[in-house]
Amino acid sequence: MSDMTQAAEAAIDTQSQEYLVFSLGSEEYAVDILKVQEIRGYENVTRIANAPDFIKGVTNLRGVIVPIVDLRIKFHLDKIEYEGQTVVIVVNVADRIVGIVVDGVSDVMTLTSDQIKPAPEFGETLSADYLSGLGSLEDRMLVIVDIEKLLTSEEMALVEQQAQ
Amino acid sequence: MDITEFYETFFEEAEELLGDMERHLLELDLDEPDPEQLNAIFRAAHSIKGGAGTFGFSVLQETTHMLENLLDYARQGELILRTDIVDLFLETKDMLHDQLDAYRNGAEPDPEAYARICQTLKKLALEELGHGVGSEPEADIAPSEQVADEAENSGAGSTVGEGASEHQAQESQAADADSGWLRVVLLNVSDKDLELLVEELGNLGTVKEQHGDAKRYEVVLESASSRDDIEAVMCFIVEPEQLDIAAIAAPTETTQEVAEAVSVPTVSQGDASASEAPPAEQAKAPAEKAPAQAATDDKPVNTTPGNKGGGAKKKAGGESATIRVPVEKVDQIINLVGELIITQSMLDQTASELDVAAHGPLVNGMNLLQRNARDLQESVMSIRMVPMDYVFSRFPRLVRDLTGKLGKDIELVTEGKSTELDKSLTERIIDPLTHLVRNSLDHGIEMPDAREAAGKPRTGTLTLSAQHQGGNILIEVKDDGGGLNRDKILAKAAHNGLTVSDSMSDDEVWQLIFAAGFSTADQVSDVSGRGVGMDVVKRNIQAMGGHVEIQSWPGKGTTTRVVLPLTLAILDGMSIKSGPEIFILPLSAVLESLQPSNDDIYSMAGNDKLLKVRDEYLPLIALHDILHIDGSEQDPTQCIAVILQAEGRRYALLVDDLVGQQQVVVKNLETNYRKVPAISAATILGDGSVALILDVADVNRLHRQRANSPKHAELTASRQEDVVS
Repeated sequence: MSDMTQAAEAAIDTQSQEYLVFSLGSEEYAVDILKVQEIRGYENVTRIANAPDFIKGVTNLRGVIVPIVDLRIKFHLDKIEYEGQTVVIVVNVADRIVGIVVDGVSDVMTLTSDQIKPAPEFGETLSADYLSGLGSLEDRMLVIVDIEKLLTSEEMALVEQQAQ
Repeated sequence: MDITEFYETFFEEAEELLGDMERHLLELDLDEPDPEQLNAIFRAAHSIKGGAGTFGFSVLQETTHMLENLLDYARQGELILRTDIVDLFLETKDMLHDQLDAYRNGAEPDPEAYARICQTLKKLALEELGHGVGSEPEADIAPSEQVADEAENSGAGSTVGEGASEHQAQESQAADADSGWLRVVLLNVSDKDLELLVEELGNLGTVKEQHGDAKRYEVVLESASSRDDIEAVMCFIVEPEQLDIAAIAAPTETTQEVAEAVSVPTVSQGDASASEAPPAEQAKAPAEKAPAQAATDDKPVNTTPGNKGGGAKKKAGGESATIRVPVEKVDQIINLVGELIITQSMLDQTASELDVAAHGPLVNGMNLLQRNARDLQESVMSIRMVPMDYVFSRFPRLVRDLTGKLGKDIELVTEGKSTELDKSLTERIIDPLTHLVRNSLDHGIEMPDAREAAGKPRTGTLTLSAQHQGGNILIEVKDDGGGLNRDKILAKAAHNGLTVSDSMSDDEVWQLIFAAGFSTADQVSDVSGRGVGMDVVKRNIQAMGGHVEIQSWPGKGTTTRVVLPLTLAILDGMSIKSGPEIFILPLSAVLESLQPSNDDIYSMAGNDKLLKVRDEYLPLIALHDILHIDGSEQDPTQCIAVILQAEGRRYALLVDDLVGQQQVVVKNLETNYRKVPAISAATILGDGSVALILDVADVNRLHRQRANSPKHAELTASRQEDVVS
């Protein structure tokens, strides 16, 4: 809980920030654009055995081996298809490069701090710990994901957890 | 310009110089010291002092200064070197190294250690040089007085350099050298460097006059910095040979610290003759030198320039031109070249589909590109390679120290020093090798008397050798000592609770000493015998992708062989297919491959299957089971069994097909992901996709874990199915 309030406060402090908006099914999500390195198509992913199902495998990003995570599987979406529209957002978090599979990227938006509401505590699939808040924009609602916290979390199994 | 930018360069250079110093000290023939070596040692100390002074590392500067003085007497033949003196010098070198480390970590060196080494050096100076006074009073007064003076001064806390030089200054008549006016002559310096150098000189003092061309450029400088300081700074840009700095008379009187000026005559004499300075400069230097040494014997003056000149010339000739490059930059180049190779093979694939007749030039161009790209890759990879000398050069010191401590007589022989190995591996092999050498010295080679009794020469021989063997490097530590004691090892192993039997082969017995906590030494010495070691050695070497084996003959000696891959960046791999997926097996682990027939496959309790290969039963592991691959061939007789060896165990791995052999560039999976069971790393194939490299030992481990964990019921059911199918 305290993490969430901190995150919310951090967002308020920064006044206005740019976010990359992407869609998972019919839902709209947003990530801090400064964390995004590039956007590319979904292709040539090598499966990794004995990994959680949402880790699609690894791919070659100009000579660097990058893991690919399908957020749709992680968030338990019904329809998971890989077609022309499917894109990979390559993010750079905690000195690591990770690709996340989403259904599509729509636009880049600037949100001011008063447009971001604190996220309520809900469901098990996406803990509020990994959210920076909810962005409200006229009739749209953007789920603002704290991508760094999400990807480095234990349940993502992307990072070797230090013994604590 | 911020001088701290140069710290790292200085530390690295100083470290190299200390290494040189140690090497020369160890090689020194005490009965007949080679003047060139003495000069080389002196030069190393001198350069460190200069740099330390520039960067304000006063403790380091003063320690080297004292050492330098003693070395100076040694090379002039006034200090007769003995083993204990060389030992002291070596100790001082270690101290300098500690001080350097302290400065590198941003700390001040240990003052107690500094005080102690100062005391020892001073004592040595007093004792040794004090003796000389009686026999040659005229000649030796100056040096001994100087040293005594120094002792006083540093004891009183003031700068050693100042004290010594003040003293000399009073003696010398070279008063005009004290002006602080320096003429800096730059030889054959490019325009760009010249600009930089003049700017740099401007930072050190006031540039009064400058003229000349690229071949010979003169700058007259008024500066409070000493000649050494200037030289130390400039040496980052130009070679010492290109530089000549001399003090000149100032037109007006300037009050300058005496300290700086005095070091000028002493050194300029050496350097002026060493550099290819124009005759004018050469004439000038001795002229300055003469008054300074008026009171002392003339002989050293006559001999030193000649020696020094010879030494410097040799150094210039043997000095390989090198550049320091951060490892990341090299790695980046290696990555980029890897990418280039992949792009090239993609193009190649496309081009190969074209009609050769219609696209002749393109196909030719592709061939050329392929060749060039491969050559480029090879050269780039060779950047990372360093000769084994880098590792072996540490051992003469260790052997010398230990033989003294143990009272043994041991000669160290090194072979194959120029054998090259990946830099990252050389660094990691030092510790295990040190351990093996210590073991051989302590347990392996017997005391001289025992050797004589056994009919062997009193002097034991320890041989370190390195050679290439295919894609591996073979490093051997060989001693001609007593060999391993089979009975003692067996007894000790039994005592430690290991399962042993008398029928074990020698090789198996020798492997026992790699078990944790194993030492057969009767007494624990401070050299070795605590039993933490061989297991660590083995683990370290395995972590580097290598293995270690021991051969031993009673009474004849022991040989430890370490086999390492040449580089961790490239792997000779065999690509295999299981279902739709491609994996790489390290070729070094592959013994053979065959198509199993039903008659050779046996089932065993649990879900285990065994494959009979000639007279051996090997566990049969299906890759698709371990990695849950869909769409793989289920019938073992339609598969290929690859016989693999890892960590001393053999097993057969069932795969669908062998694709081919290729060199692959190893990419770390953990950079952006995490450790994956049964996978050691990844690589990029010709089509740009990623293939995983199997960890041969881990596949076997995973298989055994699987076999042990889920219990009977389910397993037996599936086994029945297997039997039916």
